[in-house]
Amino acid sequence: MTRIPLRLTVNGEPAEFLAEPRTHLADILRGELLLTGTHTGCEHGVCGACTVEIDGAPARACIAHAGTCDGATVRTIEGFGGDPVMAALRRAFAAEHALQCGYCTPGMLVTARDIVLRLPDADEARIREELSGNLCRCTGYRGIVRAVTRVLAERRGDDSGPGSGPVPV
Amino acid sequence: MKPAAFAYERPADWPAALALLAAGARPVAGGQSIGPMLNLRVAQPDAVADLRHLPGFAGVAVEGGLCRIGAGTTHAAIEDGAVPGRLGAVLAGVARRIAYRAVRNRGTIGGSLAHADPAADWVAVLPAFPGHAVALGPAGERRIPLDGFVTGIFATALAPDEVLRAIEIPVLPEGTRWGHWKFCRKPGEFSKATACLLAIPGQTPRGALAALDEPPMPIPDATALLADPEAGADALLAPIRGLDPWRRALARTALRRAARMASRMADA
Repeated sequence: MTRIPLRLTVNGEPAEFLAEPRTHLADILRGELLLTGTHTGCEHGVCGACTVEIDGAPARACIAHAGTCDGATVRTIEGFGGDPVMAALRRAFAAEHALQCGYCTPGMLVTARDIVLRLPDADEARIREELSGNLCRCTGYRGIVRAVTRVLAERRGDDSGPGSGPVPV
Repeated sequence: MKPAAFAYERPADWPAALALLAAGARPVAGGQSIGPMLNLRVAQPDAVADLRHLPGFAGVAVEGGLCRIGAGTTHAAIEDGAVPGRLGAVLAGVARRIAYRAVRNRGTIGGSLAHADPAADWVAVLPAFPGHAVALGPAGERRIPLDGFVTGIFATALAPDEVLRAIEIPVLPEGTRWGHWKFCRKPGEFSKATACLLAIPGQTPRGALAALDEPPMPIPDATALLADPEAGADALLAPIRGLDPWRRALARTALRRAARMASRMADA
């Protein structure tokens, strides 16, 4: 099958290679660039495990096929190393038992970061609604919701939320 | 969960896009409906034509009381207020409840409408609006009333060599009342019944009932539903045959709640 040239910027680094048009971005990230932090779950846009940033906004990598991504800027879970919001979310996920097997976690974190930045006043109901596109089969979501709530409260300078308490560094 | 092989084309301009469609390519905008169908091999096109980068595909313009929404405008842009005024507030409320934010960031109003999934949100609500779908074909643009655009399940009034270019809706006066109810057991999943009601001051209230595994049912005169949601809903559902009792109950409740929401707005 004919392969097409593909130019991406992934986690700040340019990447050029050939890919079949039917290949999806999650397979490209994992198979070509060995960025295996992006997980594939359902592979039809339902479970949210493969959620990455495409051109600055969260998107499903499994239904972004190769050609449509040409020229895109992509950030995967490996690309948030220096990001203070992601650092706060990682600490809160650890403190609140927001992960168990870890399969959904990269997608959860990308979605959670978007919630924190886009909806600074989100309450628990809104957090749950916004997280509804990311499936977790271990935690029952309570820890994840608490973790996002904690980071929102920290950023508001409000330590009275349900996620308050000492945070291990 | 890997698609069958297809060729990828990114046309540089609209004539090139139309030529690709005429040659049988499947148009793709945000790819959030066709993407899963490709992966599941429910759709196996020989070629896709990616419209997302075409000039003027996304964007909103208001001129002379008419709002023109580019077909490639994302649900997220509409959620975030790309459409101004009362119309924008109404559409933002619909957009926010489409799937999930990661999908709304890519999915487009025109892509969703042209895909014509009977459970899709724009398919369900746009027939309630006075306005037109703007189709672009080899002979130029033509306008199709929104209440006649979706003609069946995954079927529209577009000709095979036409593409949905924009959606044009008259701006809404501030006093416009709106009610919208969508039944989902989980946020973001496909609707099991959607009803909406639009009451523009000085005009006959309109509405739509949709997501019943049938094409959307426009309600050209929703006066009775607005006046008496109980009896009005029953009267609208009476002629519909073949609905499971649970689905009929959801549809009835969606109609009543949409009507009550529009009524409450009048009292506020």
